[in-house]
Parts: sequence; C-alpha cells; structure tokens
Amino acid sequence: MLIVIIIIKYDRYILPVTYMSELPKEEYLKKCTTACAGCSSSLCLRYVLKAAGPDTVLVVPACCTSVLQGIYPTTAMNVPVYNVAFAAAAACASGMSSAFSAAGKETNVIAYAGDGGTVDIGIQALSGALERGTNFLYICYDNEAYGNTGMQRSGATPIGARTTTTPGGKIETKKDIDRIVAAHEPPYMATACSAYPLDLYKKVKKALSIKGPKFIHILAPCPPGWRYPAEKTVELGKLAVRTGVWMLYEREAGKVTINGISKAAMKKPLPLEEYLSAQDRFKGISPDAVREMQLTLERSQRRLLNEEEGRC
Amino acid sequence: MLTIATGNKAVAIAAREAQPDVVAAYPITPQTEIVEQIANYVTDGSMRSQYIPVESEHSAMAACIGASVTGARTFTATSSHGLLYMHEMLHWATGSRLPIVMANVNRALGPGWNTWAEHSDAFSQRDTGWLQVFVATVQEAYDATLMAFRIAEHHDVLLPVMVNLDGFSLSHITQSLETVEIGDFIPPIDLPHRIDTAHPVGYGPMTGPDQYFRFRWDIERSMRDAVQVIADVESDFSNRFGRQYGPTEEYRCEDADVILISMGTFGKEAEMAIDILREEGIRAGGMRLRWFRPFPKLDLAGREVVVIDRDYSFGFGGVLAHAIRSTCRTDVYSVIAGLGGQEVTYDDMAEFVRSRAIGTEYWFGVTPDV
Repeated sequence: MLIVIIIIKYDRYILPVTYMSELPKEEYLKKCTTACAGCSSSLCLRYVLKAAGPDTVLVVPACCTSVLQGIYPTTAMNVPVYNVAFAAAAACASGMSSAFSAAGKETNVIAYAGDGGTVDIGIQALSGALERGTNFLYICYDNEAYGNTGMQRSGATPIGARTTTTPGGKIETKKDIDRIVAAHEPPYMATACSAYPLDLYKKVKKALSIKGPKFIHILAPCPPGWRYPAEKTVELGKLAVRTGVWMLYEREAGKVTINGISKAAMKKPLPLEEYLSAQDRFKGISPDAVREMQLTLERSQRRLLNEEEGRC
Repeated sequence: MLTIATGNKAVAIAAREAQPDVVAAYPITPQTEIVEQIANYVTDGSMRSQYIPVESEHSAMAACIGASVTGARTFTATSSHGLLYMHEMLHWATGSRLPIVMANVNRALGPGWNTWAEHSDAFSQRDTGWLQVFVATVQEAYDATLMAFRIAEHHDVLLPVMVNLDGFSLSHITQSLETVEIGDFIPPIDLPHRIDTAHPVGYGPMTGPDQYFRFRWDIERSMRDAVQVIADVESDFSNRFGRQYGPTEEYRCEDADVILISMGTFGKEAEMAIDILREEGIRAGGMRLRWFRPFPKLDLAGREVVVIDRDYSFGFGGVLAHAIRSTCRTDVYSVIAGLGGQEVTYDDMAEFVRSRAIGTEYWFGVTPDV
C-alpha cells in the first residue's frame, strides 16, 4: 500500500509524462504575477518550475521576470529568486552552484534570462560559465527584443522586425546564440517554445538530470512587443514552429535530435507569410528582408538536419 | 610563526586561514600573486575552497554574490580597472547585505597604462557601501584581511569589506610576517538571510520608494554600527595576538602643532619625515588614516593640517583633503602626490610640511602654470 502511494505521489518525478494532465499540480509561480495579458514567458516559467520542483533557486537578471514576480514585499514566486544585475546571471549562478556543491547540496540552480540578458549584455558571463563546466541550467526566454523596457531591438530581434529602436525594421538577421552555445559543447542544450509546454517540461526535466552546464532557448511570443492580440499567444508560437522559423530540437552529448513537429515543418512548412502577417511588428517588411529571413532559416534547418544525420 | 612574505602573499595566507567556501577571482597586475597563491593552496589541498577562475571581474563579484547569498564565506581580490569593472556588482553586494571580503591592490587608472600605486581606484568606490581599510605593512595586510572576515560577517554589520594595499610598494615588497593560530577568532559564518529552498523568499525584487528608502537607511545604520564592531574586533585581535590597530595610526602626535595626514604606505614613509622635522624643531606629527569607510571622527582641534592625497577628484580636489575639511571643520594644506606611482620620499614629505600654506592645494612635481 505504502509503495503504491509513493509511486502515485512521485511517479511524475520519475516516469515520463505524456499528457498535460500528468504534470505536477504544485504551482511555484502563483497567479498573482504582474505580467502582461497573454505573456508567454510567465507561462514558460510555470512549466519550468513544475519540472524543477521545490529544491530550486532561480537567478533572474534584469528582464520581464524581474517585474512579473511582483513588488516587494509580495511575490508570485514559490521558490527562492535571486534578482541580479543585467550582465551577471550566469556568473551569479556559477557562484551559487559552487557554494551548493561546497555545502554538499543538490539544489537546482536555474538562470532564467531574457534574450537581451543572454545574447547581448550577458553573453560574456554565459560563455564563461559554460566554458568552466558550471553545473547549472541556463534558460533564455526569447521574445526577440528588450521587452521590459518597451521593445527596443536586441541581437535576437529578427530581420525586418520593427522595434522602438528599429522603427524602419531591423536590418540585421537574428544572432544565432544556439550555435555560439553549441561551440562550448555543453552536455545538453535544447530549444523549446511556449506553445509546446509539455515538450518544454520534458526538456527541463532531462536537463536537470544531467551534470554540468545546460542551455534551453525558448521562443516566447510577446503580444505588446510583437503587436498581436493577447489571446493569440499560443497560436503565434505554433505558427513559428510550423513555418520552420523556430526549430525544436535537442543536442545531447553532441547528438542532435530534431522534434517530429519541426521535421514535419521542414518537409511541409506553412508559408512564412502566415507567421509574418500575424504580427504588426513585421508590417511593411521589405521583400528583400523576407527573402533574407527565408534563406537564413533554410540554411540553419539544413545545418541542423546535416548534424542530426551525422553529415558534419 | 615568523616568516617573510610579500603583501600579496600575506593576503593570500590570511585568506587561507579564513577558509572561505568560495573564491572567485580574475587576475590583474599587481594583484596576480594573490590569485596564483590561492590557486596553489586549492591545488595542494591546504585550502578547501571552491575556486572559480571567472572570465572577468564583473563575474568575479557576481559569483561571490551568488555564493555568498547561499550562506557561504567568500573572498576575492582585484585592482584598478578590475575594481572599476566590478563597480555595479559592488553596489549589488552591499544592497544584498553580503559579507564578501576583497583585497584591492591600489593601482592607477588608464589611460595611459600605469600599474603603479594610486588610491583613485578605491576612492572611486567610496559610495558603494563597502567598508574600506588601507594598510601599510605586510603584517597589517595579513592582520586586516583576517579581521575583515569577522567584521563583515558580524550581524551588526553584514556589509562587504575591502582591504586596500598599495600596488608594488606593498604588494610586491617583502617584510617579516608573524602568522597566527586563528583558533576561534573568526566564528563560522551564519548569514541570517541565506537562501533556504524550504523557506522561499525573493531577493531584490521590484521595490517601491518607501521600502527602498528603508533598505538604504539600514545600510547606513549598519555602517554606523560598524564603528563599534571594528573597535571590538581590533581589540580582541590585540588581546589574542598582541598587535594593536585603530581607525588611525598616530606617530608623535601628542604635542604636535602640525599634523601630516596620509594613507597606505605613505603613512609609514611619513614617520621618517616627522623625525626629520622634529630634529629641526618643528613640532610635527604623523597620522595614517586606516579606515576610510566608515570614515573616523578625527580630533584635529588647534592643529595645522597637511593632507597628502594619492588620488584626485577632477574639478573638485583631493578626496581625503575634502573629507577631512568637511568632517573636522578645519582648513588644510592639500598636497596631491604619488599619482601613478610617482616617487615621494620622506624628504619630500618633510618639505610639504615646511612649506605648508593652509587653504591651498599643491601638485607635487608639477610646475604651476595657471
């Protein structure tokens, strides 16, 4: 009887989940967040924490999560959160991870940072932490601009997207942080998207079961930033994946596995136009920019496929 | 045990005695020997710290912060541009009330590249809420580093402490060093607000003006409380190990008409100048300021004051001269000397006193052209 109860209680921590209904019921991100309506990054955080469980510390640099956790003395977070300066998430997590290790603790250290804090100002600290083999999970939730400050361009902003500092549309293509991270050869890295929470949950679970530096890059559509109605957040994430703009895959011990849905999208993608026209940030995008975006994503898809098939 | 060591090595030995759980550091001249020694101690097992060879000073302080907030004892060392690169995180350590101990080997700031002693690096961090002590001998570098851990971790303080030693003129000179058996001089660290996943709380979230204001006041209250804690720790140190320290070190000041105030290694050099002046019949005394934050109360009533600043606040004046002017309500003869390692001998210092003109500023070695 006791064994049965234990299995029922803990199976979700040990056995793989297949359905959303099997996810842990515990909430570590309470409903009282101060996030925008339709915020997908808070949705992601909810599932990240469900996967990580209570023995977890979150390190959060300046980003939307600094704001959405609430205003002192209240908090929506049910795990300890250490808020840190913009450039410092990975380094701070390094120190934390070492200290827990010195104390013989196995507490999960998760840096949860936006794209600005990852691909731009925080990249040095991230690179250092990866290179040193820091035992931690770094999650970049990517809404492709500095959302917290009102949507200024970041290195992760895609070509053609209008932000408050690229009013005519961004001229450069999106910085490929995943290839930069991959060059550090972490034992585990993956991409995810807020529209596929179960996939995200499983990837976080797997990441936390592996020692060393882990990296998960989540595409997090942002209604006010991308300029689409709040209720379309999940739809936008799905469009990103089905058009092949955002590829879901894992790279474990150097071996790439592309998610089925992304493989399908590579074979039979929805037209890119469907993704672009759903967002006002791409209003008036030039045909040249669309072509460049198309070429870039095809190139990175080919590269991934080649890697998966061992051709590189 | 009596041995010989450089200033840098004395700091590293003291850090080893304190057994920090985590050391995160980045090398910079003239601090390098400290991190090299610590790396050696960790490798040979005489120090059981986790040593994180970070990729920058910003990350060094960030890593110390991350470690410290879990309740770990942390140590780092830097200098000059490294200290400036940490600036943001120095404020962060204070705001998070983390008792991090750091040695800063005082060095000039570029351009041009100059690795010699100057106090502008530390004084640029004047308002970060770090306690700052300046030392003058190898022995004092060791003693102050040991005491720094106990002061920082005291529950009435819980603020970070910076131990400053002059680049090359102390970091690289060799003197005798008496190491001690520290016993229980530094009790185990007990950070009351350390991270505990069984009792999750938020650290440094969005904070409104009224609450923020209270936190700032709390830092200042602890800085004021630190004065007594420092006195108690220095007194206990003296009882146990026989060496006495205070907010200042005075030399022949009792009956002095004129006081020469300086910091760091200049303070020792000044003692020679005082002897020369005394032989000439000038009743001079030397005062070496040790604690810069919290800034001590000095009694200079009825004396003429000459201040040597190894720093400068452009468009304003010598930082130390101004601090003394404003806290002691006395005018001073402000001498700016020793920037970028400029050589200043005891003869020069004696001359500063002889030719003093209270109320004016003098740049040593620079011909006035305005």
